[in-house]
Amino acid sequence: MSILVDKSTRLLVQGITGNEGLFHTQQMVAYGTNIVAGVTPGKGGEWVLDGKIPVFDSVRIAAEATGANTSVIFVPARFAPDAIYEAADAGIPLIICITEGIPVQDMMRVRSYLDQKHIRLVGPNCPGLLTPGEAKVGIIPGDIAIPGNVGVVSRSGTLTYEVLYALKMVGMGVTTCVGIGGDPINGTSFIDALGMFEADPHTEKVVLIGEIGGTDEERAAEFIADQMTKPVVAFVAGQTAPPGKRMGHAGAIVEGGSGTAADKIRAFESAGVRVAPHPEAIPEMLA
Amino acid sequence: MKLHEYQSKQILSKYGVPIPAGRVAATAAEAKQIAEELGGRVVIKSQVLVGGRGKAGGVRLARSAREVEELAAEILGMEIKGLPVRKVLVDEAANIETEIYLGITNDRSARKPVMMASAAGGVDIEDVARETPEKIVKVHIDPLLGLRDYQARDLAAGIDLPRNHWRSFGQIASALWQAYLNCDATLVEINPLVITAEGRLLAVDGKMIIDDNALFRHSDLAEMRDLDIEADAEIEARKYGLSYIKLDGAIGCMVNGAGLAMTTMDIIKLFGGEPANFLDIGGGASADKVKAALRIILADPNVKSVLLNVFGGITRGDEVARGILSALSEVKTSVPMVVRLVGTKAEEGRQILADANLITAESLVDAARKAIAAAHGA
Repeated sequence: MSILVDKSTRLLVQGITGNEGLFHTQQMVAYGTNIVAGVTPGKGGEWVLDGKIPVFDSVRIAAEATGANTSVIFVPARFAPDAIYEAADAGIPLIICITEGIPVQDMMRVRSYLDQKHIRLVGPNCPGLLTPGEAKVGIIPGDIAIPGNVGVVSRSGTLTYEVLYALKMVGMGVTTCVGIGGDPINGTSFIDALGMFEADPHTEKVVLIGEIGGTDEERAAEFIADQMTKPVVAFVAGQTAPPGKRMGHAGAIVEGGSGTAADKIRAFESAGVRVAPHPEAIPEMLA
Repeated sequence: MKLHEYQSKQILSKYGVPIPAGRVAATAAEAKQIAEELGGRVVIKSQVLVGGRGKAGGVRLARSAREVEELAAEILGMEIKGLPVRKVLVDEAANIETEIYLGITNDRSARKPVMMASAAGGVDIEDVARETPEKIVKVHIDPLLGLRDYQARDLAAGIDLPRNHWRSFGQIASALWQAYLNCDATLVEINPLVITAEGRLLAVDGKMIIDDNALFRHSDLAEMRDLDIEADAEIEARKYGLSYIKLDGAIGCMVNGAGLAMTTMDIIKLFGGEPANFLDIGGGASADKVKAALRIILADPNVKSVLLNVFGGITRGDEVARGILSALSEVKTSVPMVVRLVGTKAEEGRQILADANLITAESLVDAARKAIAAAHGA
């Protein structure tokens, strides 16, 4: 069992003929993900991966032809908001946007539109989802995690891989890993993912990986204290980050004395959540 | 990207916000000429991208053209918080009766823009927010609807603005929203918006920050970037699509992904070292990018060892390894390097690097410890 993606996922890839789209389509198919279609406007009728996956001009046509129920987006930032609207208007209920660098005002409009339609977006600027042994949707390397009972939710990309890898090294497996992305405005929050893990019977414990900026970790801490029965171990990146500097992610910036790692760690600890000193310390804290 | 006051005010003026007559000058003679054209009292304001210009003596009132020349010369020679003053704005001085704050920024938690007004304008609004939050009135703006007229009226009423100014305040609020929207700003701010003795509303200061991610559709704004606030290495890094921030430690870091880069810095510190920088080579970094990154790190004379931590996803270990080899063939260095490659094509990467004289590491903690030891002259 898992959350969001599993064996029943029928995946569509938007931007499938681009460099990154194609490379990661290969990786996802090799993992066993059921990819039913790709979309690249102007390339409808072509096939990729030696004729295995049909390419369509639009999400609507692709969804009608193949019954796709999930879309993953690999298109450049300037076209990504349109790709999200297109998937939403085609009735795709779960959209995962990997694209980095989407303007924040675009994301505010996107989020507002999706909320009205009750469509779930994961990302943008995220590594996607991995349900080990069932489906890999996005760019998380498949071989760094094994099936198990730990739910993982993270704002980061490669830092998430570190944690999955550290868990695997000691034989601990994962139900689903959810990369929610590092942007200031995203589709799925920590709280959304925590709620799904709490409801998932196979998830027995949860790892939350946060970083500086915003107040999502503080709100997650409150949610854990009020609503969760399963144990949570947290890690917060950016303790050494100087304030006022943008640390790569649009989201990872400490402004006006709030959003510091120290604040977040304090919030978790006062909510009874154990905080790991570094990612490789997480497995023994879960055991 | 922050804009200067004079740039922000020019943009706001284009959208219909009333600003004082004035122009920007790069020399004292120019400043004097502008003052003569304006006549009467003027304010000379240093144009640097830091707060606290007034306290530092970078904003002065002048009564005569001669005084303008003297003060402008003085201000143009100043450094404010380490930044050289290269330009001054010479503005007609306003007869200020009341100072208001009006601004729009992004509220991350609400996932909407928020417009804020306060009757306690003119001072640091963050102080007001912390000490007397009840003095700030806020309205959230639906990003699909935009600012509605009634919302501006609610703000005017909320700060007890006399009714005779409501129409003008509404026009300014609407102009501010249009500027925020059309420039992809993350902040637009008028502080203070003053009521003059003549009974007019006037924006005597203005501030805008533009979303870096949106600059692709604002080439005119992108050209306004002031490079003074960034270290040369940070500018060089941006050319290659790298995100680099110089710090004071001895261990250079090259990592893929911002979260992992910050974590690598944190672990170095946790085990007793000090990171020399933050450097994110981003997703899918090519060999060229890696080469540029290594050059930038090694250009910092404080760097005593380098820690390369790459966890492959989009980024491929073999590409990174080729970049390292290519950089090492160009930049001769005796600085020891610790390399940790995991994930996509990591094995291929390790093979490519097998003959180079590098220290390898398995785990993050192992890598940090080795880099710290190497920096201590091991």
